[in-house]
Amino acid sequence: MSDSHAVGATPLAIEHEDRPELRHHFADVEQQRNAASLGMWWFLGTEIMFFGGMFCGYLVYRRIYFPEFAVASKSLDLFVGTFNTIVLICSSLTVAQAVRAAQLGNRKLQVRMLLLTLLFGLSFLGIKTYEWGQKYKEHHIPTFDYNVIGGEGDLVKGHEHLLGIDKVKKDPVKLRQREAEIQRHTKIFYSLYFALTGMHAIHMIVGVGIFIVITWMAHKGRFTPEYHTPLEIAGLYWHFVDIVWIYLFPLLYLIDRKPGS
Amino acid sequence: MATTAVSVERKNYINAEYGIRSWLFTTDHKRIALLYLVSITAFFFIGGFFALLIRLELLTPAGDLLTADMYNKAFSMHGQIMVFFFLIPSIPAVLGNFLIPMMVGAKDLAFPRINLLSWYIYIAAGCLYILCIASGGVDTGWTFYTPYSSQFSNTRVVEAALAIFTAGFSSILTGLNFVVTVHRMRAPGMTWSRLPLFVWSHYATSIIMLLGTPIIAITLVLVALERALNLGIFDPTRGGDPVLFQHLFWFYSHPAVYIMILPSMAVVSEIVPCFSRKRIFGYNFVAMSSIAIAAIGFLVWAHHMFVAGISVYSALVFSFLSFLVAVPSAIKVFNWTATMYKGSVSFSTPMLYAIGFIGLFTMGGLTGVFLATLGIDVHVHDTYFVIAHFHYVMVGGAVLGFLGGMHFWWPKITGRMYPESWGRLAAIIVFIGFNLTFFPQFILGYLGMPRRYWDYSHMPEWQGLNVLSTAGASILAVGYLLPMVYLAWSLRYGKPAPDNPWQATGLEWRTPSPPPTFNFDEIPVVTWEAYEYDNMPLPEEVTLER
Repeated sequence: MSDSHAVGATPLAIEHEDRPELRHHFADVEQQRNAASLGMWWFLGTEIMFFGGMFCGYLVYRRIYFPEFAVASKSLDLFVGTFNTIVLICSSLTVAQAVRAAQLGNRKLQVRMLLLTLLFGLSFLGIKTYEWGQKYKEHHIPTFDYNVIGGEGDLVKGHEHLLGIDKVKKDPVKLRQREAEIQRHTKIFYSLYFALTGMHAIHMIVGVGIFIVITWMAHKGRFTPEYHTPLEIAGLYWHFVDIVWIYLFPLLYLIDRKPGS
Repeated sequence: MATTAVSVERKNYINAEYGIRSWLFTTDHKRIALLYLVSITAFFFIGGFFALLIRLELLTPAGDLLTADMYNKAFSMHGQIMVFFFLIPSIPAVLGNFLIPMMVGAKDLAFPRINLLSWYIYIAAGCLYILCIASGGVDTGWTFYTPYSSQFSNTRVVEAALAIFTAGFSSILTGLNFVVTVHRMRAPGMTWSRLPLFVWSHYATSIIMLLGTPIIAITLVLVALERALNLGIFDPTRGGDPVLFQHLFWFYSHPAVYIMILPSMAVVSEIVPCFSRKRIFGYNFVAMSSIAIAAIGFLVWAHHMFVAGISVYSALVFSFLSFLVAVPSAIKVFNWTATMYKGSVSFSTPMLYAIGFIGLFTMGGLTGVFLATLGIDVHVHDTYFVIAHFHYVMVGGAVLGFLGGMHFWWPKITGRMYPESWGRLAAIIVFIGFNLTFFPQFILGYLGMPRRYWDYSHMPEWQGLNVLSTAGASILAVGYLLPMVYLAWSLRYGKPAPDNPWQATGLEWRTPSPPPTFNFDEIPVVTWEAYEYDNMPLPEEVTLER
């Protein structure tokens, strides 16, 4: 059974010679593409788990500290958030168009769509930075002079009933206790808000980096209707990062904006 | 390494290229496996050094060798190094990396450059951890429980958490490579039901790596953020929930136990049929039990938290599910023993390790069933009973599997035979030393000795068993050092290994020892089932006896 083997360099399949993109250890382009896309899908699976831990924490605390979370959620800028969501959805559309253009072999359209994607991606990050800046001004960033009672970023006004302030208003000791609680519990909301949106932004930055390379490759004409795996795989990643935001947006901005007060 | 004694000048993966660059920039899965072998061995000895400190301290009831703080650091760093830098990468990154492409009949893993990247990430994480040790170490236990880790400990928690966070990505990338390779790179005719069980087990392991590791990553990031930025995510005084940390931590860290044991089961499933000269009993059941362990393993985490204040009802459910995970493990043990039954068993070194594994893993697994029982768990929680239990699984199981696998595939990896009688001697020394170290700890735990205590002078009657344990540990150390010596010796002086010294089935044995860079001269076409030992000749005596 242990037959001896002829020794020497591995004979390369003929296909390897006229397909420079085909790596030596794959039998054909088909296998290589399948491997790459399966790899990306599994990687996205790990990403779901990665964000899943934070989503889980967010939902647990939202249940425990519902009033504080509802009020803090209301402090987020709905208009900016919605606008940003639209920007991101547009970027997914242009990615899909770029892949389509590659399938059709239209290089010009490919590059244009990819540049648009980069533009949308960077706008998203810019708008996000603006939003975080607003939060800084409102003293809503934990550890940076955090304060939600009185002052610029006051959250209590108009929600005294929901937050249980009106019940303890007469008793200064209890009032101070309750206020301290509100400070602590809204801080958990903002901690998770910044952890989630921050982690999402890091993924966006990585995505922009990847797409700069992809745009360059498209510009150089590396992608043909037969071979555009890198573009497809990068597209999968981009869509995934979008989808994370599609879940983040309602969880953070939308649900229970008008809690029955 | 030297190849002077090899008469035939054939090119293989070792002599294909020379020089340090050819190793550091290689994308050959076999070379990367050797890079991993060297690095995890280094960490094994660092972790072992801390184990030595622990055992020496416990030799006497009074806390006399180390200070209390030093002792806390010693057991924390022993645990973290052994779990995250040795056990988790051990068999997958060394043997799995080396063998999986060959076993499925591929030239390499699906993503060779990502494979190399995973090693660099591992090394970066390792350097970070060594930096953490050098700058004072960490004392949170390997579990990083909050709020101690996030608010009170004044040791290097952030550095340790970041190191383990980084090491996690190395294991994610390894798992990703394995899953895609098994799905997409199988040779013509290598159907799922013809895959060696080694591959099945690693497939299950990889799924746990992929779906579990991100959770510990994000959990440790949150701990580090809480610590660095003074947030209140897990700190109860700021409204955080420390039990949530435990849920998130164990959601990964319990399945991580299966990351450590499944690859050892993979090794044993190869060794047992080979040295019994029999087809494995119940192939489908052994294959599917690996998947079942991975699946059920994700649903049992809260059995670590029975005394942490979770509800009685959820404790009942988790207790039941923990019993359930014993079923697939038992299926494996029964199938291995049934394979040996009426087989022509030869007690060569790998087989001694495999048999040792079966016995010790059974003890570790059964005591795990004790611990899954709510009442007993409350009695022995956080005692040496738990320590003994998981060392039976992680050392008696995982490390014995690793050593058995290293001996079994050593001829294939290096092209040299190791001295058989030394091998058997070391296997027996490891077995005796191991039992002497850890069996007394079952009794100590049952008598009530808590884990992580540095001083037990209030209970001097525990000293006898602790002395036994420390004595056993020194025997165990000899058992670990011996293979280091004779395996290194065999690199130069060992007999050249034939292509298939054990007359084992499996594609990796149908290629030269050591294999050529692309594994096969031509990609094999598989027309047979795994483990067709009925058709294999017996191995020549020469290779079995030195």
